[in-house]
Amino acid sequence: MARLLIKNGRVIDAASRHDGVADVWIEDGVIKGVGANLTAPAGADVFDATGLIVAPGFIDMHVHLREPGFEHAETIESGSRAAAAGGFTSVCPMPNTKPVNDNATVTSYMIEKARRHAVVNVFPIGAITKGSAGEELAAIGSMKQAGAVAISDDGRPVMNARVMRRAMEFARSLGIPVINHCEDLHLSAGGDMHEGAESVRLGLRGIPGCSEDVMVARDILLAEVTGARYHVAHISSRHSVEMVQFAKSKGLAVTAEATPHHLALADRDMKPYDSNYKMKPPLRGCSDVTAVLEGIVNGAIDAIATDHAPHPGSEKMQEFESCPFGILGLETAIGITLEQLVHPGKIGVARMVELFTIGPARILGLDRGTLAQGAPADVTVFSTEREWTYDVNKSFSKSRNSPFDGKMFKGGPVATVVAGEVVWKI
Amino acid sequence: MAQGLLGIEALSREEIQAILDRAKDFQPRDGQSFRKYDLLRDRMVVNLFFETSTRTRTSFEIAAKRLGADSVSITASASSVTKGESLVDTLNTLAAMRPNAIIMRHAASGAPHFLQRHLEIPIINAGDGTHEHPTQALLDARTILDRGAKLEGLRVAIIGDIAHSRVARSNVYLLSKFGANVVLCGPASLLPEALKQIAPGVTLTTNMDEAIRDADVIMMLRVQLERQHEPGFSASEYFQFYGLRLEHLKLAHPDAIVMHPGPINRGREISSEAADSQRSVILNQVENGIAVRMAVLERVMAGKKTDGATTH
Repeated sequence: MARLLIKNGRVIDAASRHDGVADVWIEDGVIKGVGANLTAPAGADVFDATGLIVAPGFIDMHVHLREPGFEHAETIESGSRAAAAGGFTSVCPMPNTKPVNDNATVTSYMIEKARRHAVVNVFPIGAITKGSAGEELAAIGSMKQAGAVAISDDGRPVMNARVMRRAMEFARSLGIPVINHCEDLHLSAGGDMHEGAESVRLGLRGIPGCSEDVMVARDILLAEVTGARYHVAHISSRHSVEMVQFAKSKGLAVTAEATPHHLALADRDMKPYDSNYKMKPPLRGCSDVTAVLEGIVNGAIDAIATDHAPHPGSEKMQEFESCPFGILGLETAIGITLEQLVHPGKIGVARMVELFTIGPARILGLDRGTLAQGAPADVTVFSTEREWTYDVNKSFSKSRNSPFDGKMFKGGPVATVVAGEVVWKI
Repeated sequence: MAQGLLGIEALSREEIQAILDRAKDFQPRDGQSFRKYDLLRDRMVVNLFFETSTRTRTSFEIAAKRLGADSVSITASASSVTKGESLVDTLNTLAAMRPNAIIMRHAASGAPHFLQRHLEIPIINAGDGTHEHPTQALLDARTILDRGAKLEGLRVAIIGDIAHSRVARSNVYLLSKFGANVVLCGPASLLPEALKQIAPGVTLTTNMDEAIRDADVIMMLRVQLERQHEPGFSASEYFQFYGLRLEHLKLAHPDAIVMHPGPINRGREISSEAADSQRSVILNQVENGIAVRMAVLERVMAGKKTDGATTH
C-alpha cells in the first residue's frame, strides 16, 4: 500500500473543526495523522499542497452513472473518472439504470463493476418501488444488505402518498434515508422549463415551482408521521427551502441538497432552446436562486450534490421539447461553488468543505467525510485561486452536455486521493 | 451569419417598418392580381412544413413565385422524418441541395432557432409551436395600417387561447414596439399572468366585454385543441364567454375592425355574422399575407445567388 504525505496545505476537516496549515500522513489506505511538520519516511510519496486546501474526500450523493443499460452515455468507470477530476472521492449513483436498481442483484452488479473499474468509491442508491413505477415497494432490505446507502425513485417520484409512507416506515426500520426528487407529475406534466415570464416568452410549457413545493410539503408531513430520515434532492424553489427550514426547526430528520447549477443559473440565463440548459428541476426564477443560496448560508440545505446526468449528443441535438433532462456536473462543482458562495463571501471555505463532506456523509450514514485518524484515506486537494477554463470536450465523461463549456473559473480541484492513492491530479 | 427571420421579438422597429413599407409596394392595384417580378430570379427556396397549413404555405409559395424564385414544398408526412431522421439531419440534407432559404413550420417552439445555430442557410419561421409566427404579425400590422390607422396609441384586443398562440406572441411583440396598447383576453387557464412581463403596454383580462370596450382592433384567435393537453372549456361554454358576436361590436370603437389569423371555427370563437360583417378584414389579412411574405423573402434572399456567390 502506498504511503503518502500531503504537506503544507490548509487542512480543513469540518467534522473535527480543524482549520489550519498542517500535513496529512496516509498509510495503508487510512489517515494515520494530521499535524505540523510531519516527516515522510524514506520511500513515501510527498505531495506539496502549499497554498492549497486539503479536505476530506468530497462526496457527491446524487449522480447518474448510466450503467447498467445506458453505457453509451456513461459507464461506472468513465463517470468515476469524471468524479475524480472534479475532486470527488465518492459518488452515489441513482437507480434509474436499465434494469432499474430495485433489487440486490443490480446493486451487487454496480458495486462489483465499481470495485473493478471505478477510481472512486461508489455507493449505490436503491429504488423505492419496483421498476420505480411507484406502486410496489422494491427489495429495499436486501439492497441495503448488498450495499445500497439510501432509497430513491429519482426522476420518477412516488406519487402515491400511501406508498411513500410505507417506504418511509421501512427505511426507518432499516436506518437508511429516503431521498425524493420532489415533483408532482400532474402539475409539471409536459413542462420543459420553469414556469414564468421566460417560459411564456419562449412558448415552452412550464414546470411550476409549486409542483416541487406540493411534494416537499407532503413528504415532510409523512416524515413526521413515520419518523423517517427524509432528504430532498436538488432543492430548487423558494418555498421548498422555507419548508425544509421549518421541518428542521420542528426537530424532524429532514435534510436537503442543492446542485451547483441551481446556485449559478436562473431561467433568464438560459440560452434559448439550448438543451444544455434543460434539466429537472428546471433553472428557476431569480428569487428561487437567491433562496437556495440563502438556504446554504443559513443551514436549511445540508449538502451540495451535482445530479450529474450525462446524455449523448444525439439525444441533446434535438428540438428543445424532445431533449432529455439533465446536464453534467461532476467536473465543475467546485469551481461553481467557489464562484457563487465562497468568493462573494457568502460562506467560508470551511462551510463549503462541510457541504461536500460531512454534510452528505451524515445524511447517508457513511464513515467518511473526515480526516480523523483511522478514517479511509479519501482526500480532496483543491485551489481557491487557480484560474482555469472548463473544456467539455476534454471531459472524462462520455457525454458533453454542459452549459458551462468554455467558462472561466477561479479555483478548482488539484488532486484527488482515494484510499491513499492519487487517482487524479492536474 | 445567416439573416433569416426567426421572430418579431429580435427585430427593431425600423426593420419592421421597412418590411411593412416594402409590402405596400407589392400590394395588387385596382383589382389586379399580384404583379410578377424577377427580383429573386436564380434564387431557390424550400417550404418545409412539419405541421398542416393551407394559407401560410400557399401564401409563401405564391410570394416566392411572384418574385421569380423557384420554390419547392415539402410536408413532413412525405419526408424522411417518418423514417426516423432527426430534424438536424433533414435540414442538413436540404441545405446540401443549396436553396437560398428555408421556410419552416414546426410544432416545437424554438425548432428553427435551434436549427439556425447549426446551419448557415437563412431560416424563415412560418410558425414554431406556441412561440412565434412573425409573418402573421407583419401581415396583421399591414392590414391595420391599410385602414389608415397608426399603431401608436391603438387599442388592440387579442382574444382567445393566448397561452398556445404564436400569433398572439408575435403580435404582442410587434404592437408593443410601436406603442400600441394590447389587451389580452381569454379564460384564466389560457392566459398566464406572466404575459404582462413579456412586453411593455400589455394588460390582461378574463372579461371579454372589458377587453373589447373602446378597442380599435379585435383580433380573435382559434382555440387550438391540438395544443391543449388538459380538459378545458366545453365548446358551448367557450363560445358563450369568449366567442365574438355582433353585439360585442357595439362596445368597440365605431371604426373597429375584426381580425382572425384563420382558420376560423364559426360558432366556436366567432359567430358567422361577426366573421362576415362589414367590420371583418379577415380576407384582407390573407391578401396582405402574400405582399408581406414577398417583402420578407426579398429581404432574406436578395443578393444571394444559388451558385453561392454573394452580390452586394
